[in-house]
Amino acid sequence: MGYSSKGDSGFASVPSLLRRNAAEFGSKSAYREKEFGIWQSWTWANTEEEIQALALGMLALGVNRGDFVAIIGRNRPHLYWSMVAAQMCGAIPVPLYQDAVAEEMAYVLNHCGARFVIAADQEQVDKVLEIQDQLPDFEQMIYLDTRGLRKYDHTRLHEYASLQDQGRSASAAIKSELAAREAELTYDHTCVMLYTSGTTGKPKGVVLSNRNIIETAKASSEFDGLARGEEVLAYLPMAWVGDFIFSIGQAYWTGFCVNCPESEETMGTDLREIGPTYYFAPPRVFETQLTNVMIRMEDAGRLKKRMFDYFMEHARKVGGSILDAKSVSTLDRLKYSLGELLIYGPLKNTLGFSRVRVGYTAGEAIGPEIFDFYRSMGINLKQLYGQTEASVFITQQPDGEVRGDTVGVPSPGVEVRIGDNGEVYYRGAGTFVEYYKNPESTADTKDPEGWVATGDAGFFEPDTGHLRIIDRAKDVGKLADGGMFAPKYVENKLKFYPNILETVVFGAGKDRCVAFINIDMSAVGNWAERNNIAYSSYQELAGHPRVLDTIQHHVEEVNASVALDPMLSGCQVHRFLVLHKELDADDGELTRTRKVRRKIIGEKFEDLVNALYDGSESIYTETEVTYEDGRKGKISATLSLRDAKVVPVQKLAAE
Amino acid sequence: MLDQAEGYTTADGRKIGGTVMDMRNITLRFGGVEAIKNISFDIREGEIRAIIGPNGAGKSSMLNVISGFYVPQEGEVWFRGEKRKPLKPFEVARQGIARTFQNIALFEGMSVLDNVMTGRLTEMKSGLLSQAIWRGKAEREEVANREICERVIDFLEIQNIRKTPVSRLPYGLKKRVELARALASEPKLLLLDEPMAGMNVEEKEDMSRFILSVNDEFGTTIALIEHDMGVVMDLSDRVVVMDYGKKIGDGTPDEVRNNQEVIDAYLGVSHD
Repeated sequence: MGYSSKGDSGFASVPSLLRRNAAEFGSKSAYREKEFGIWQSWTWANTEEEIQALALGMLALGVNRGDFVAIIGRNRPHLYWSMVAAQMCGAIPVPLYQDAVAEEMAYVLNHCGARFVIAADQEQVDKVLEIQDQLPDFEQMIYLDTRGLRKYDHTRLHEYASLQDQGRSASAAIKSELAAREAELTYDHTCVMLYTSGTTGKPKGVVLSNRNIIETAKASSEFDGLARGEEVLAYLPMAWVGDFIFSIGQAYWTGFCVNCPESEETMGTDLREIGPTYYFAPPRVFETQLTNVMIRMEDAGRLKKRMFDYFMEHARKVGGSILDAKSVSTLDRLKYSLGELLIYGPLKNTLGFSRVRVGYTAGEAIGPEIFDFYRSMGINLKQLYGQTEASVFITQQPDGEVRGDTVGVPSPGVEVRIGDNGEVYYRGAGTFVEYYKNPESTADTKDPEGWVATGDAGFFEPDTGHLRIIDRAKDVGKLADGGMFAPKYVENKLKFYPNILETVVFGAGKDRCVAFINIDMSAVGNWAERNNIAYSSYQELAGHPRVLDTIQHHVEEVNASVALDPMLSGCQVHRFLVLHKELDADDGELTRTRKVRRKIIGEKFEDLVNALYDGSESIYTETEVTYEDGRKGKISATLSLRDAKVVPVQKLAAE
Repeated sequence: MLDQAEGYTTADGRKIGGTVMDMRNITLRFGGVEAIKNISFDIREGEIRAIIGPNGAGKSSMLNVISGFYVPQEGEVWFRGEKRKPLKPFEVARQGIARTFQNIALFEGMSVLDNVMTGRLTEMKSGLLSQAIWRGKAEREEVANREICERVIDFLEIQNIRKTPVSRLPYGLKKRVELARALASEPKLLLLDEPMAGMNVEEKEDMSRFILSVNDEFGTTIALIEHDMGVVMDLSDRVVVMDYGKKIGDGTPDEVRNNQEVIDAYLGVSHD
């Protein structure tokens, strides 16, 4: 293929980048973590020492070349180090989703045959011990947080810090072995294996090589001019490819600092304290944040509220243009500066966005209002389109060419083409090696020339060259009358209303579309409070007639907007219901990355779908739910089904 | 019955030491009311000891005797091998006894952190002037004490409400903050007065987990009053059962559960 074994830069692996960083700017902060109320930090030199000690310890424990080392826990420096330490030993790190239930974990651990597990705390250790009988390959576990684990049987358990000490004391004897293993690493060695959550079927292990990661990190860092001085907050799941690219790939390539929050709940405070310059979040996070801002503004004093409304209005008008460096009149600029002083600046500071230079969102479509809100305040939020199989980047938006409805131009080093059926294909340096132990899937997804099918349908806009994604290719179907059915397109429009958290539209092969809707508890709850509407549970609020009225209103507005699109006007929602429970990953209704599992939902709630089509007014249903600790229960409810007004469309040439 | 030798080992492998606190023939009266009638029992090092009984049985009074807040008219309290004289509250705290209250007694207007810091008050030795200038000793003391408080905050997983005023917290969290304040004084004996009262199942589970971890991680001896029988039986090593000021049972949860007198008291058989 004409690739060298090291790449142009001469760095063939993450450990080699670590050595470079420690040698060239060893005294610069590499990691921070807030613990005991204080940001503890480690320089690159400290990091090198910690990782080396752990790697020696792992070597002493018997980690071999090519072994898989599973890593389970929330974002913590020590767990990032363990990935690099595994690489040093010639082993392959496999980060897992920490909220995965035991069975999901058992599948993945078995599939890769992990001999070693590095677990963050007692909860994760318990989970693995619970399934250890199903894991013939599992041998030893290393744990980080000692709490509650002292009295466990330690024949297969090792404390992280004491393993490091063992490594340090055995250093003289095995140091050369470690150095040899590290030196063996080439561009073609596996850097990491990540399991895709998969909207259908079992998770697949995506093998990414050093070439994939380092080339991608290099190209994407250059694309946005990322430098050593960046600060990022690592809070997205470590098992997700994005976190690996940002917190390991780009961080080691450019040498910037990765900050880990104190706990999941303190995210907001930690974000504010760190003030990241480079920030990534899925649309959901931005949505929640905007909803919170709006709720709090509702409770603000009248003067503040009016100032907020006035300046946000102005920002909507000129903020985006100022950010894109387009021409804006001096008066408008002055007014915007005043707004920056009074509203935007303080608000950005509260949200922790004061220093954001480059912000990305991806994974799902983001609502145009939400997107514009952040951009108009001067936050350089952009969209990218990516996949685990591509080491994230397929397309991304360059500065100054940012729009809500596209996902940008092909990333540097990536080729993109549209197939005959509208499906998007790509290939490039970041394109994955294979699915582990699954040649059929590999062959299905990646053709011999290296083109990978994304499974998404989209097209390039002729005048701008930007890619637009319509829906999952397999979800795009036909209505009974032959019209195009793109559920995601309608769902996204619905989800842009703050009151609607999640929605599923059905209609493939039918004569019309119907929808399930999940209300957003914080937005609707706040509305209920302000309107003196009493409720005792999610279920009760979701079934309240006035809530249904509001949702109906939203649905009808969406229908009006869908009707304007000549290709998709058949996708208007004729009937809908508001679900009595929130769709949940624990019940298998969403993936761990919170994407809707359309087929499973359709099967599970078949009675409700049928009721929507047969015209009944209400329906009684029982649903099994899984609690956080894995116990199962049942909830029952009588749901009312509603008709929504649709805009009649004259049948132009529908085909 | 338990052997009287120095200590024993529990089923889950914890070492229980010798007697820390010995209550000998305690009688407590309020005017003509005898709240506690001639009760004796002991608390051993490292164990979780529960006091249970129906409403008005004298449980809280008993806890107040242990904490030194009430001085019994008759009987002796022996703590760590010494007969205890009547004490002031701060003297009790210095002996290494801390408690939480049935009706939360936090400083509502202060932040969680400040409330927890009050648990370190007995350890603040620098003078008023030094505290005001906040240099040298006062600063060093505060930093050291803050670190202990932060470890407790981390332990009880309340980092996210560190700066929140207590008045804004829900009930279940206030209970946890109270526990944090008690733990901040690094007690040898922790007294919990109905730690789970008014909590939902999830909060009770959390609290039980914390109580067990406190006992396990720091080896703290714990005496607790609780109504929820399920919780008591799961948590405690030994249980004292009281009814109308009298002790009607004492032993392991299993022994107590099968004690006819206890069953009667809880099922409400008429008393003569």
